[in-house]
Parts: sequence; structure tokens; C-alpha cells
Amino acid sequence: MSLQPLDPRTAEIFPMAARHLLGDTQLRKNVRHATDVIQNKRRIVVDEMPDWQELRESGKRLREHTMQHLREYLEQFERNCTAAGGVVHWARDAAEARQIVVSLAKSAGAKEVIKIKSMTTEEIQLNPALAAAGIRPYETDLAELIIQLGHDQPSHIVVPALHKNRQQIREIFRREMNLPDLGPSPQDLADAARLFLREKFLTVPTAVSGANFLIAETGGVCVVESEGNGRMCLTLPDTLITIAGIDKVIPRYEDLGVLLQLLPRSATGERMNPYNSIWTGVHPGDGPKAFHVILMDNARTSILADAEGRQTLNCIRCGACQNACPVYRQTGGHAYGSVYAGPIGAILTPQLMQMEHAQSLPYASSLCGACYEVCPVKINIPEVLIHLRNKVVKEKSWADPEAIALKTVASIFRSERRFRAAQRLGRIAERPLVRKDGQGDGWISWLPGLLGGWTQVRDLQSMPKESFREWWEKRAETKGGSDV
Amino acid sequence: MSDARSEILARIARATSTGSPSSWEEIPRDYRQSSTASDRELVDLLTHRLHDYDAQVVEASSSDAATAVAAMLKAREVSRIVIPPGLQSSLLPPGFNFIEDTGLSHAELNQCEGILTECTLAIAETGTIVLQNVPGQGRRAATLVPDYHLCIVDAAKIVATVPEAIERLNPTAHLATTFISGPSATADIEMTRIKGVHGPRFLDVVLLLE
Ligand code: SF4
Repeated sequence: MSLQPLDPRTAEIFPMAARHLLGDTQLRKNVRHATDVIQNKRRIVVDEMPDWQELRESGKRLREHTMQHLREYLEQFERNCTAAGGVVHWARDAAEARQIVVSLAKSAGAKEVIKIKSMTTEEIQLNPALAAAGIRPYETDLAELIIQLGHDQPSHIVVPALHKNRQQIREIFRREMNLPDLGPSPQDLADAARLFLREKFLTVPTAVSGANFLIAETGGVCVVESEGNGRMCLTLPDTLITIAGIDKVIPRYEDLGVLLQLLPRSATGERMNPYNSIWTGVHPGDGPKAFHVILMDNARTSILADAEGRQTLNCIRCGACQNACPVYRQTGGHAYGSVYAGPIGAILTPQLMQMEHAQSLPYASSLCGACYEVCPVKINIPEVLIHLRNKVVKEKSWADPEAIALKTVASIFRSERRFRAAQRLGRIAERPLVRKDGQGDGWISWLPGLLGGWTQVRDLQSMPKESFREWWEKRAETKGGSDV
Repeated sequence: MSDARSEILARIARATSTGSPSSWEEIPRDYRQSSTASDRELVDLLTHRLHDYDAQVVEASSSDAATAVAAMLKAREVSRIVIPPGLQSSLLPPGFNFIEDTGLSHAELNQCEGILTECTLAIAETGTIVLQNVPGQGRRAATLVPDYHLCIVDAAKIVATVPEAIERLNPTAHLATTFISGPSATADIEMTRIKGVHGPRFLDVVLLLE
């Protein structure tokens, strides 16, 4: 992949990017394999929970409540974090957030920083900004290290290097770590990463992290991870700089009882991920002496202001919708031209761009509903997609036939029965759109219109007779599936 | 132009001015908040979950705790072991080099082979042990840098579910807290779970029954 960071402002429109990537059979195989494995693991640990639907409902309501009261919870977080010795900063947009991180790192005297995987820092393209200021960022999450050393871009919000297989990773490590004899097993590769980063952990005095949850009631921050690289960054350096979207706040400590069940099972298919760290400001004798947290807006308030788009902010970044999405599984993440790929990316990215860029992303979906079924906080992604499609066409022209068609889709989708009937019709309608030229690039056509467009030709090989939704329901009889 | 803070807060106030306020108490909570499992069932479930993570588990009574600790350390061939301040001395067997963490440097921690701690509680359903910065558990770095972690779990501290754990932790929510579920691991390479990336590669538990 390119050295260029994924940037929705300059990215190719989705159908074109997807078209190129569909030719990469290795990538598609890797993505399919990885998403199959996560989905199976997820299904097992979700099925064993008799109260999964109740947890989802609580999660959803909790997030809705938080967004409605965002102001008071952010102020409460700020008060409590400050009282515990943290320093709270506010950033209106990506540029301001970058500038705060860079100046904090500089005043800490940093030449290098160690970083925990953070999609928020990817969103604001922090690494190039640090590098430009003469500060070298070291990614410490294994997947992010693979991406960084491979001059690649993340393709998944939880497993950013899921598009690479072990041979490809081995080649990157051999070359970049200067280890010509490195073995091919995942264990060899993980050991190489351990050795490569150990000294950095022990010696680099400044770290940058994201956050999973900011706890208003206590001023605490929670980071969820697997490898221990997060704990290294959170506890060994003298200075810790955490950057979080304002949507990351939760009201009370008790809410972790819901979210720490929903997130790990949905994200990696584990009952609990190996490590959760919760810290509150500065703990004398334990961890960093200076703690900064940057609360970043970067268009989140404009999403908040849109009644129908607002539920996008409820996302807890578990990636389950990506794994479940037939479009994502075909194209991988890079086609979305944003660090947020898959269904969540299709709704989040254009809104983060205030609908000025990434306008094709709301069409990068079959509206099959699989994302909604797996979403731990019940974000109705298809509903938001349709809403955004409407916005896109509204900005075009009301006389545009596409605008009328999309309005029809929106009304159809509101009714389960009509939606199914339309899907059956759509299946008939889509047949002529399939062009196969044997090169694998006949998969996609950009044909906007009622149930048209690239969205209707997704994954055709695996859904010949039944609608995707019917197929999905048969295939994935998860508990999450009964509730849409 | 106003500062970032007031501008963001004003944007939020505008964005949320139309919605109807709700109280936190109104959020439905129909999920399981507790369990009726017996003490024995909890011990068995926790053990099972820990085994899933490839942790070794032995049961011991408080009087033979030190013997169980010695057996574990021997089996793992670990002799230089950090202990946090305030660890019960009855847990320490003779014949090992226990080094109290009186503010060891990162490099010194890195030279230790293991760490022995107690815990605040354990969650049976998820195989999780929870550590806080209190006597017997210590600061976070000490349970992270050495390659081996042996944790003593008093069976009375086992809860069944995550919500029960959070409820019990609530009064001490301000302490630095770490949830540990198995040894450090990653699934970043082809979704294969690999043990031991940066945190301790080995985790064992001594379960104290009565
Ligand atoms: S939208 Fe839902 S399923 Fe997708 S990442 Fe966010 S929380 Fe997970």
C-alpha cells in the first residue's frame, strides 16, 4: 500500500478503490480468513450469554443517555480528572489536537514517543505531524507495528493488519528489523516484536494513547488491550498523553459492568481481553508523573446535532460490524479511504467530513442488516446509511431521479416486510448488473438508483437464490440475530 | 474567537437542546447482575476459564499456601521474584530470592524473573483477576515487566460476573486498577492466539480455599 495516510479528502471514491482491491486475491483471502475466525469466536462467546440482548439494550440506552447529556458528563470528567492530577485539554479539530500533542511532547523534551494503538490518532494523522516536529513515534501494538514497518495503512479498527498473512509479516520484519533468519510461525513473529520493542518500553519517557472510556463520575480512563504494550505505555513513561473523542465519555464507573462485557466479546470474541487498565489522573509512585488528556471534537458535535445521525456516536469501536459485513469482507478496509472502514466507517467517515467528502461511502453497503445484528450497542447502521444517502442526494438536486429512488428505499427500509419484499425484487433487478470478465474486476458497477449500484452486486457468488438477509439469518443463528 | 473548551461545550449545548433529558437511573438493566452459583461452582468455573487461557491453577489451604507457591515457582524455574510491599509473609516459602519492590527501576524490574501478588478480586465467568495499587498487589509496572506472574486468589474474593466485580470495585474506583485475563496475548497474526507479546508470558494462580 501507499505511504499516504488514508484520507477521505483525497481518497478515490469507494467503488473505484474497491474495484482495484478486488483484484488482490491474497488480500481478499486474508481478510476473509481473519473475519471468519473472529466471527466464529464471537458467536460462541455471545451465544453463551443468556442476557446478551438485555446487555445490548442497556448498552444502547446508556450511550443514548450519555449523548443527550454529553456536556455535563464531559464537564464532570474534566473536574474529576483535574482533581486527580490530570491536565485536560480541548481540541476543536484534528489540527488543534495534533498541535496540542506535539507541543506537549516537545515540552516534555521528547525525541521519541511510544504509542498504543489508537484509531483516534490515526484519524487525525498524528504520526506524520510528530515526525515533522522531529519526534519519532513508535507504534507498539503488534498490528500497528506491522503497519508502520510495512509502510502500510490500517484496514480494520480492532485488528489493523488483518489484511496481511504470516508470510507477508515475516517479510516485513525480516527487512525492517534486520532479522534475515526470522522464522515463519506467529510465535516467532511475536517474539521478534517483543525483543524489538522491549528496550523502547524501558527507556522512552513519553507515551501517547487513545482511550476506550472516560469515566465522568471518577475522572478515570479505561484502556482495553491484549498484548501488554498498552500497559507498558501507560505505566513506564514519565509523561502520558491521551487523546480521546468527546464521544468516549461514560457516566459512571458502574457502566463498565455493561461495556466491559459487550466490548471484548464483540471485538475479539473473548470473554475478556487480556488486559484492561483503569487509572485516574496521576497515581504517585505508580505510573506517569504527568498525565494529559485531550478531548477532541473534530466534527463529533455536528454528528450530535443531527438527530438521525447521532447514534453513530454510540459506537464503542468493536469492529464486529466490519467482520460481519459482506462488502467489507470482499474489499478489505483500504477501499473505504479512511481509517474507519466497513459499516461503521461508511456512516462515520462522511459525517466526520461533514458530508463534504466520502460521499460514496453510504452506498458501500447492501443494507443487509448484518452490522445492526452484531452491533453491541444496537446502532441501526442501515437506517443511518439511508439517512446519509438522502443527505448526499439532497445536496445534489431534488430533481435527481436518484434522490427520489433513495427516498423510496428509506421508506421501504422502515418496514421489515416491505424491506424483504424489496430485497427479493432487488435480487431480480441486480442480475443484469453483474459483469464477469474472468479477471475478477467485473464485480462492481457504479449504478446508483433504487436498489441499484454497487451495493446490489456485492457478494453475488455466495448468494444465488435467497436474499442476503435470508441467507444471513440461516447461517448466523446468533442471539444477536433475532432482534432487528 | 472563543477558546476551544467553551466553543465545544456551546456546540454540544446547541446540539442537545432539543432532545428530552433522561436520568441515568432510568437506563434499563435487565442483564444478570449476580449469580446463584455456589462457592464450589465459582472456584470450578474460574479454574476452567483460567485453564482456557493456559494458566496453571492449584488449590491450597491458607496453611499450606507457601508450599503451593514454592511448587509453582519451582515448576516454572523462577527464583528471582519481585514482591509488592505488604504481601503477607505467610505466603513466602524459603529458598527463593524475594525482592521487595521499593521503587525498583525499570531495568531492575526487567532483571527479575517473576512477580508474586495477591489480588482484589477474581471474576469466574471471564477468568479475570483484578489488581489494585494496595498492599500485597503493588504498583502496575511490577506485574508487567517480569515474564512470570503468580497470583494468590483467596476463594472468598471470587465473584461470578463482571457487574458484580464492578460493584465491588466501585468504592475504590479511584485506585489504579488492572484487569488481567490470562497471560499477555495477541491474535494480530491471522487471528491465531499467541501467548506472550509484551506482558508476562506466563500466569499461574494459587487458589486459597479457607
Ligand atoms: S458500529 Fe457497532 S458493531 Fe460497528 S464498531 Fe461500532 S459498536 Fe462495533
